[in-house]
Amino acid sequence: MNNFTPFSALLGGVIIGLSVVFYFYMTGRLAGISGIFEIAITKASQRLSNLAFLLGLVIGPLIYFNFIASSAPVAFNITHSYLLIIPGGFLVGFGTRLGGGCTSGHGICGIGRLSTSSIIATGIFVAVGMLTVAVLQQFGIYL
Amino acid sequence: MNDKIISLICGIIFGIGLVISGMTNPEKVIGFLSITHNWDASLIFVMGGAIITAGPFFYFLKNKELSALGDKINLPIKQNIDKKLIIGSSLFGIGWGLVGLCPGPAISALATFDPITLVFLISMAAGVLVKKNTIE
Repeated sequence: MNNFTPFSALLGGVIIGLSVVFYFYMTGRLAGISGIFEIAITKASQRLSNLAFLLGLVIGPLIYFNFIASSAPVAFNITHSYLLIIPGGFLVGFGTRLGGGCTSGHGICGIGRLSTSSIIATGIFVAVGMLTVAVLQQFGIYL
Repeated sequence: MNDKIISLICGIIFGIGLVISGMTNPEKVIGFLSITHNWDASLIFVMGGAIITAGPFFYFLKNKELSALGDKINLPIKQNIDKKLIIGSSLFGIGWGLVGLCPGPAISALATFDPITLVFLISMAAGVLVKKNTIE
C-alpha cells in the first residue's frame, strides 16, 4: 500500500459528510450525485438548483487549486482510451440510475441512514468494480 | 438565501472534500479496486469519514418534516432489493472499474479542462437518458 493516504482521505470524507448534512438540513434533499445529475439533465422545473450543485463540484476543486493548495497540484490521471471512457461513462450513467444511486447516494447517504438496500448496492458495486479491475489487469491494463 | 445558492455552496464544499480526499484522481480509485495488486485502502477512509459525519445528523433529523428552507422533506421510500438494484449496481461497478470515475469525481474532473472528461460525461448522460427512456 505505497500510495495509502489515510489522513487526507479521512479529512476529505468528513468535509464531504458536512456538505451532505448541510444540503439535507437546508433543502431536505439527499446529495446523491447521480440523482442530481439526472434531474439536472431531465427535469426542467428543478434544473437550476441541481445544476448549481454540479457547478459547485467544479468550482470547489478550482478554489482548492488556486487558493488553498496552489503549491501542491492534485493529480487527475484519467485514462485517454475511448475504449474505456465511452463504455465506462455509459455504464456509470445507466447503472447508477437503474440501481438507484452511486457512491454518494448509496455509499454515503444510504449507508449513513442505515438503509439495507444501500449497504447491499454498495457491496455489489465495490465487488464488481474490483472484479473488473482484476480482469483488466489480466489483459495488461492498469499494471 | 435561496435554494440555488445553498446548492452551489454545498457543491463547492463537496468538491473541495473530493479533491482533498484524492478521489478525483481515478488512479486512487483504481488503487482501491485493485485488491490483488498494490491495494490502496484510502477510499474506505473517505466513505467512512463521510458516513460517520453524516450518520448521526441523519438519525437526529429523521423525523423532521420540513427543511430549513421550508421544503417538504421526501426521503426515498424503502427501496426493494430487487433485480434492478442488483443489475444496476453491477453495471455501475463495471463502469467504475473501467475508468475509476463515479458521478461526483467525473463532474469535478471538469476542473482540469481536459476534454476527455467531457467525453465521459456525455457518455454518462447518454446512459442516464437511455435508462430513463427504456425502463419506466
